[in-house]
Amino acid sequence: MALLEVKDLSIHFGGVKAVQNVSFSIDAGIVYAVIGPNGAGKTTLFNLITGIYTPTTGTITLDGESIGGKAPDELARRGMARTFQNLQICMNMNAIENVMVGAHLRLDRNLFKAALRWPALRAKDKDLHAEAAELMRFVGLGAYINARADSMPYGALKRLEIARALAMKPRMIFLDEPAAGLNPKETIEVDALVRKVADSGVTVVLVEHDMKMVMNLSDRILVLDYGKKLTEGTGAEVRRNPDVIAAYLGAHA
Amino acid sequence: MKNNPFIGLYIIMAVLLVLPFVLPNSFYVDLAIRMAINAVIVLGLNLLIGFAGQISLGHAGFLGIGAYASAVLPTHLGWHPLLAMVAGALAAGLLAAVLARPIFKLKGHYLAMATLGLGIIINIVVRTEAAWTGGPDGMPVPAFSLAGFEISGDKHWYWIAAVLLSVSVWASLNLIDSPFGRALRALHGSEVASKVVGVDVLRYKVAIFVMSAMFASIMGSVTAHYVGFVTPNLADFFHSIELVTMVVIGGMASVYGSVVGAVLLTALPQALTSFEGWETVVFGSILMLCMIFMPKGLVPTLAAKFGKGE
Repeated sequence: MALLEVKDLSIHFGGVKAVQNVSFSIDAGIVYAVIGPNGAGKTTLFNLITGIYTPTTGTITLDGESIGGKAPDELARRGMARTFQNLQICMNMNAIENVMVGAHLRLDRNLFKAALRWPALRAKDKDLHAEAAELMRFVGLGAYINARADSMPYGALKRLEIARALAMKPRMIFLDEPAAGLNPKETIEVDALVRKVADSGVTVVLVEHDMKMVMNLSDRILVLDYGKKLTEGTGAEVRRNPDVIAAYLGAHA
Repeated sequence: MKNNPFIGLYIIMAVLLVLPFVLPNSFYVDLAIRMAINAVIVLGLNLLIGFAGQISLGHAGFLGIGAYASAVLPTHLGWHPLLAMVAGALAAGLLAAVLARPIFKLKGHYLAMATLGLGIIINIVVRTEAAWTGGPDGMPVPAFSLAGFEISGDKHWYWIAAVLLSVSVWASLNLIDSPFGRALRALHGSEVASKVVGVDVLRYKVAIFVMSAMFASIMGSVTAHYVGFVTPNLADFFHSIELVTMVVIGGMASVYGSVVGAVLLTALPQALTSFEGWETVVFGSILMLCMIFMPKGLVPTLAAKFGKGE
């Protein structure tokens, strides 16, 4: 059975049908890419699946459980992590604290124990600090472990988001344009990082414009255009599809 | 982050220990007590405003609940002062909890308006219920006694305020550097990011609002017993603004900034009395200059300047 199943998913903002009757399913352990021209509804689709938006119609099923319309924090409990196209880093915190907050649900969040410096809570926090530092090295941010988030360059912040998502120990991670705004060298590094994440057993869902990266990484690709599903298949299938070519390059009359 | 965050606490404790022996007279002891009490209130308020990023313009209302609980319940109903203090804190906490859910659906200016209204309502209640509260004239507060020992005079209250301040600074430092505190700061930094990692944002906003309201209520009770008299001014809008100003001048999201802000703004009106009638103008000018040149507040600005984070 597929890990994630999306059926006839739609959302309307007033008269705008941002996503219309989109259906697909994602098997566990694969890299799944969502591509399409600007405005095709890729990020909206992510926002629907990760609980930021509530679908107008349609169902989303995670591991047999219907999750459509559930709040993001409830989805986090079910092992769903994501990053954002427009960075959502807490600039009021250190880099490593941004990663540590990813482990929120695994920790003792009691207010009184926290205020009283409860030894068990402090000990776990110390372990978490070490774990977060390890994660930062994993995503290639070893140099920024003691940095403030607001002093880091854009490319590093993109990876910091990935590290924070990984701190959740997710089953599924949604990466919204992880290579956007990066130079070619950084793009290759993120490419390798996504591969490493997938190899660690996390199911990766990717929105990305860099076609080389998408073709290189993805097991399956969903193509959206004007909020509708154009086609879905392997890289080779998608590349040959005349509708896809038309959507990207413009159809000949 | 190599700096030990508790160094400031040790300095505060050392100052608190030495202060009674160097202060020339009871005027300064009184000032020190009021500084310490304000600092504790501002610490709680800064957790809400500075760390969690949620404004409250009605906090003096919660202070008033505590103060009037400690005045009214022992006087009219014969309650033990300690019980009255606890009842006040519970009432403030309950009111905050009930109102927090609808209030925190609001953001920014709307949240400011809602909390402002809450503070004003509490103030109107204590002004109007004159049979119970003495109305605009206020009412005396019975002395606080525990197990036959009556707490009275500057000496007792000084040490109580000193201990409360030290414990509050310690607890605040612990809190911000914990899973709970990180979640609070994260929902300030990016609400959507904190939701996505599993933070139940509304619950955290409610929790910190309730906690800071109870903090304020308890310190309202302490103030009432210390001064021996309460008036509605304690719970009015201007006092709420004064508390917020202490947070902002000292430094948003800075534990030590809260203490510095409270100390300075408690002392400043005293230091300005020589301006005779113009002191509010000078006071306002100093606040404006602070905000223009140190918009992040005193402690964060100075800490950044001398290259050590808090």
